[in-house]
Amino acid sequence: MRTVVSIGSDQEGTLMEICNVLIVGIGGQGVILASNVLGEACIHAGIPVRSAETHGMAQRGGSVDCHVRIGSRFGPLIPKGGADILISFELLEALRFRHFLRRDGVMILNDLMVVPTSVFVQGLEVPQREAVISRLEGEKYMLIPASKLAEEAGSALTQNIVMIGAASPYLPIPEESLLEGVKQTVPAKTREMNTRAFHLGRTVAEEKAK
Amino acid sequence: MSKRYIMGNEALAYASLVAGVDFVSGYPGTPSSEVIDTLRVIKPRDCHIEWSVNEKVAFENALAASWCGQRALVTMKHVGLNVAADPLMTAAYTGAKGGFVVLVADDPGAHSSQNEQDSRCFAKFAKIPCLDPAGVQEAHDMMVDAFRLSEELSLPVILRPTTRICHQKSDVELGNPENPEGGHRKGRFQKDPRQYVVIPAHSRLLHKRLNEKQTEIVEKVAASGYNRYHLEGPHGVIASGIAAAYVEEILPPGVSFMKVQAYPVDQEQIRSFVGRHMKVLVVEELEPVLEEQARQADSRIEIHGKLDGFIPREGELSIDLVDKAFGMAGIGSQSPPADMIKKPEEVPMRPSIMCAGCAHRPLFYMIRKVFREGVYPSDIGCYTLGLQMGAVDTCLCMGASISVATGMYHAGEERPIVCTVGDSTFLHAGIPPLINAVYNGASIVVVILDNRTTAMTGHQPHAASGYTTGGEPCIPVSIEAICRASGVASVETVDPYDIHSLQQSLERAKELQGVRVIISRQLCVINARRAGVKRGRYMVSPEDCTGCGVCVRFGCPAIEKNGDMAEINELCSGCGVCAQLCPSAAIRRGR
Repeated sequence: MRTVVSIGSDQEGTLMEICNVLIVGIGGQGVILASNVLGEACIHAGIPVRSAETHGMAQRGGSVDCHVRIGSRFGPLIPKGGADILISFELLEALRFRHFLRRDGVMILNDLMVVPTSVFVQGLEVPQREAVISRLEGEKYMLIPASKLAEEAGSALTQNIVMIGAASPYLPIPEESLLEGVKQTVPAKTREMNTRAFHLGRTVAEEKAK
Repeated sequence: MSKRYIMGNEALAYASLVAGVDFVSGYPGTPSSEVIDTLRVIKPRDCHIEWSVNEKVAFENALAASWCGQRALVTMKHVGLNVAADPLMTAAYTGAKGGFVVLVADDPGAHSSQNEQDSRCFAKFAKIPCLDPAGVQEAHDMMVDAFRLSEELSLPVILRPTTRICHQKSDVELGNPENPEGGHRKGRFQKDPRQYVVIPAHSRLLHKRLNEKQTEIVEKVAASGYNRYHLEGPHGVIASGIAAAYVEEILPPGVSFMKVQAYPVDQEQIRSFVGRHMKVLVVEELEPVLEEQARQADSRIEIHGKLDGFIPREGELSIDLVDKAFGMAGIGSQSPPADMIKKPEEVPMRPSIMCAGCAHRPLFYMIRKVFREGVYPSDIGCYTLGLQMGAVDTCLCMGASISVATGMYHAGEERPIVCTVGDSTFLHAGIPPLINAVYNGASIVVVILDNRTTAMTGHQPHAASGYTTGGEPCIPVSIEAICRASGVASVETVDPYDIHSLQQSLERAKELQGVRVIISRQLCVINARRAGVKRGRYMVSPEDCTGCGVCVRFGCPAIEKNGDMAEINELCSGCGVCAQLCPSAAIRRGR
C-alpha cells in the first residue's frame, strides 16, 4: 500500500511518497526520544508527520515500538509489510518486528543483544548473536556498533541518536532538519555530544553503504 | 501560532486553554492522563486543576463549577465513566451552565484496560452530544467547539478520543491560549431548586425537557459540519474516529465517503447518503453504532460492517483490516498478496514486568511463601503484574479486590484469602469495600501496596502522596487511620524491602481472624530514583555463588544468569532484597 501525498503548500503540490519508519527497542533505550527527533525534524522541514506509540504498561525492559510516518496526513500506524525503514536498537527486536518491513525495505540495526529476563526465569535457551544475525539472511541490513560510537561521542546514552544518524542517509528529511530535530529534543547540556553522536552514526552508515 | 509536533493529549490540554477553561479535574487513566499532566506543567493562571480521588468526585466537582458559570473540563478513561455514570446520567437533566466537557478516552484493543466499552453508547444513554475526532488537529479544534456546543445546549458534552488519537503525535496548528475565549470567570452559584434539586417532581419535568431538546441537539450537531460526505459512485463507505483516517488513506477513486465525527447523527443525513448507493460499508471501532443507524436508514441497501463480520467485532482497527474489508465488500483492495508479507518470527517474549527494585516483587514473593494455599484477589495497577508470580487470581475493576475477597469468604471459601490493592486504588474505590468487609464480618487479609503515587499511569500524586496536583506540599491522608476508623482488627505497616519483617508481619496476620490490613510501604522505585535516592548496586561474589538459581527465579530484571552463576546488571537499584534471599550470602553491596 503506497500512498502519495502532496507536501509543502497546496499550491506547490510537491509530491512525495509517505516514508514509513518503524523504530523498535527496549524500554529505557530512548526509542521514543529518537522518534521525537524525526517528528521535530519534519516540523523544521515543513513535512507532515504522524507517529504512534502505545503507552501503558511499557516499563523498563519491555518491547517498545514506535511508528513514524513521514509525509503522512492520515493515521499513525504503519501497515504490516509497509515499513520502508526498520531501525532496531536491539537484535531480537529486529526479528520480532521484521514482518512490518517492506520487501525491499532497509534495516538499521544496533549490534547489541539484550537477553529477555523471561529467558532466565523460565530457563529457556539463551539466544546467541550469530544465530540471530543468520536469521536475517536475505534482508537488506546494516549493523551499527552504536554503543561503541556513543561512548566515542561522550556517553552511552547517545546510542539512540547514533542510530538516527546511521538511518539518516535513508530518510527523506534534509540533514539540517534532522540536526535541528536533535537540538530540539535532547537536554540542552547534551546537544553538542548528541550532535557528535549523530555525525558518527551517519559517517559509519555512509561508509558501510559504499 | 506555528506548527508543533505534539501528542494528542497535549493538544487537547492546550485547546482547553484556548477555549478558556477555568476548572479541570480528573482521575488518571491510560490513555487520558496526559491532558491534566500537561496542564500541571503549564500551570495556567486563574485555572483550578486537580487530580481528584476518583472519577465520580472529579465529575461532580467539575459539574458544580459549571453550575457556578465556569468553563469546566473533567478527564478520565472509558471505564472511569462507569464510576462517574451516576452523576453523568442526572447531569443531563440538571444541565450545565458554563461549558462542561467530559473528556473520556476509549481504548479499542484494550492496550491498557480491562475492557473495550464504547463511550458513544454512554452519550446516547445519557442523551447528550458526543464528539469523536479522527486526528490530533481535529481533537484540538473539537475541544474548543465542545465548550461552545455545551453552552449553546446547556448540556454536558462528551469528547471521546481513542488511544490512537490520545497517544498519536502529529504536526498540529495550536490556537492561541494567550487570549482565551471570554476571559476567566469567577464562579457564583445562582439558586434554582427546580433545576438543581432532583426530587421526583422536578425530575419528571427535567426529563421531559431533555427529551424535547433532542431535536435541537441533532440540529446543532449537524450544523457543526463534523459529519459530511461526498458522492462518487454506486459504492459508499461510512467511517468514524480514527477509522476514518484509515479509510481516507486507502479509499479507491470513485467510492463515496461519509466521515462522522459527531453524535447523534442526523438520521436524515445518513438516509440521504445510504439511499444513493447500492452498497455501503460501515467502518468503526468498538460497537456498531453507525452501522445500526445505517441499516435502519434504508433496508433495501446492502450494508456491510461488524454485524456481518466484514469488520472485526472486537479489537482495534488498522489499515490492514480496513483494506481487507474493502476486499470483502468488493470496493477495491490495494493490499499486497498475503505471500508478500513476511511471517512474524518466534522470539522470546519481553512482556511488561515489574521494574528492578520494585517493592511489589518481594511482597508477592512473600505472600506466595506464607500463604501457599491462599486465594489472591487483586486490583488495577502495576501490581496486577503479580499475575506473573502466581499471586494474582482476580482483577475486575478499581477497588474490587477487597469486595471480591469479602464475597469469596461469605461464599464459603475456606482457604486464606489475601487481597492486594494499591494506595491510589484504595483511596479511589477501596474504602467502602473495606468498611463493608468489617461491618459484615469477613475474615480476610488486605495488603495495601503503598508506593505513595499512582505509578502505572505516570506517577500522578494522590491524597496520601503529601503534595498537591500543582506540586505544593500538603498533609497526606493517613491510610492507617482510615483502616483503624473502619474497625479493622489489626493494622500493620511494613517495609517490603525488609523481607524478614515482611514475612513476620504476614505470619502474624495469618494467625488472626477478621479483617487484617498490612500496609506495605516503599516508594515507587522510579520516583525514588527521580528524587535522588541512591542505594548503590549489589554484586554477586563468584566465589560464593553456588548457582542455586533462587535469585534468578525471583524474576528481577537486574539479575541474569551467566553460565551457572548469577550476575547483577546495571539495572540494579540497590533494594537489597536478593541479598536477603540468597541462601549462600553471595550477594553483597558493591563499592
